[in-house]
Amino acid sequence: MPPQNKRRPGFSRKAQYGLFASYVVAVTGALVGLLLVITAWVDPRGSNAVRAAITDLTSPISGAIRAVVRGAGSAGTAVSDYFDAANKNAAMRRELEGARAKLIAARSAEYENRRLKRLLAISETSPTVTAARLVSSSASSTRRFAILSAGSTSGVRHGQPVRGATGLVGTIVEVGLASARVLLITDAGTVVPVIRISDGLPAIASGTGDGRLEIRSLNAGANVFKAGDIFVTSGTGGVYPPQIPVGIAIRAAGDTATARPLADPAKLDFALVQPIYQPLAAAPPAPEEPAE
Amino acid sequence: MRQAIRSDREERVARLRGQILPAISTVLGSAVTLLPIVAAAPILPPFGLLMLLSWRLIRPELWPIWVGIPLGLADDLLSGQPIGSAVLLWTLVLLGIDQLDRRTMFRDYWQDWLIAAAAIIVCLAGGLLTANITGGHTEFAVIVPQILFSVLAYPIVARFCALLDRWRLS
Repeated sequence: MPPQNKRRPGFSRKAQYGLFASYVVAVTGALVGLLLVITAWVDPRGSNAVRAAITDLTSPISGAIRAVVRGAGSAGTAVSDYFDAANKNAAMRRELEGARAKLIAARSAEYENRRLKRLLAISETSPTVTAARLVSSSASSTRRFAILSAGSTSGVRHGQPVRGATGLVGTIVEVGLASARVLLITDAGTVVPVIRISDGLPAIASGTGDGRLEIRSLNAGANVFKAGDIFVTSGTGGVYPPQIPVGIAIRAAGDTATARPLADPAKLDFALVQPIYQPLAAAPPAPEEPAE
Repeated sequence: MRQAIRSDREERVARLRGQILPAISTVLGSAVTLLPIVAAAPILPPFGLLMLLSWRLIRPELWPIWVGIPLGLADDLLSGQPIGSAVLLWTLVLLGIDQLDRRTMFRDYWQDWLIAAAAIIVCLAGGLLTANITGGHTEFAVIVPQILFSVLAYPIVARFCALLDRWRLS
């Protein structure tokens, strides 16, 4: 089928000018888009009011669907798990070979786990702004945001940490009236100061954008981490309260480790919004303020 | 037969449907991110973009060239990308397809798929770029599965679009 020739709309001068004008509008629009991106680059927190209003409108929709289809939350990870199956299979086989030697390590991990749960019971009593549902996420974007079904009317403010029952979820980056946008810890722009729970070794956890965390040691030295290490927030920087579980190392390489976040936002029902741990320390000049 | 005698009102509804259905369906495609999938990695194909490409490739005369601006803006507001990202990329892609239309002599289905695949790669890689300069540090490897899914999903979306088109013109 030959494409229609749109270049010559006929002999009508008006139609020709109209066509030309539409190209001018398109190029101008693209330039405005570029300008908006550059604006967001210069000031990542600006121009959020419109988007916050949109999430206010859409989060009840997502919430309603979520209430109906509870199981759909894990569908996304199921798909990505399937895609990753071959890799995972190989990794599992390797793991199986070393499994026996690791059994003892696992026992100690179990002990750590129990200790962790005790900690959890303590921190559960820490102050909470509100409890709300995570209703949807930016599943097609490379930034990792989730939408929370509570906003400024429930006391949610910019920068507050969000956690689930099993661990840290992220921070609030945009607040609407009845919804808020959460930057997940798996986003590649997030940095969380953590410590290893077994000995308090300080480290930095940052997202990789693919659902994992990268843990970097603050102490120089090779092979400090091992698979199975559990990390909790340290409280440094004043944003995240201490002793919230963050991740468990699945692979160690030199002074970095790849970790799996302990709170899987896909399976979360409720998330707790907590006040900023130490607002003074978390004020912008603080170097550990999570980047956005 | 479908073309039974219509009342004036039915006629008006059908005409309105013919005009707004493509835009509505594209915005709904962007709104797929509202589904309660809280994903840890970007795996969902950008259905808004796929709908846009399908409509553009099935019905080249349907939309003016600047349609990427309003539809891209709607996608930005829904997708979590920095605002302006899809406005820029979608318009560039539409301009590119327009240029291609002028240069190619004939067109068949496989070419459509190829063009759509190129457009998807441009948009997702560009989206990664805009997301990264506004604060992310995601690596390119992370979006490779998403690109593959999207390219494979294009024929399905195009079929769906053709179905909608038949309903639109009925």
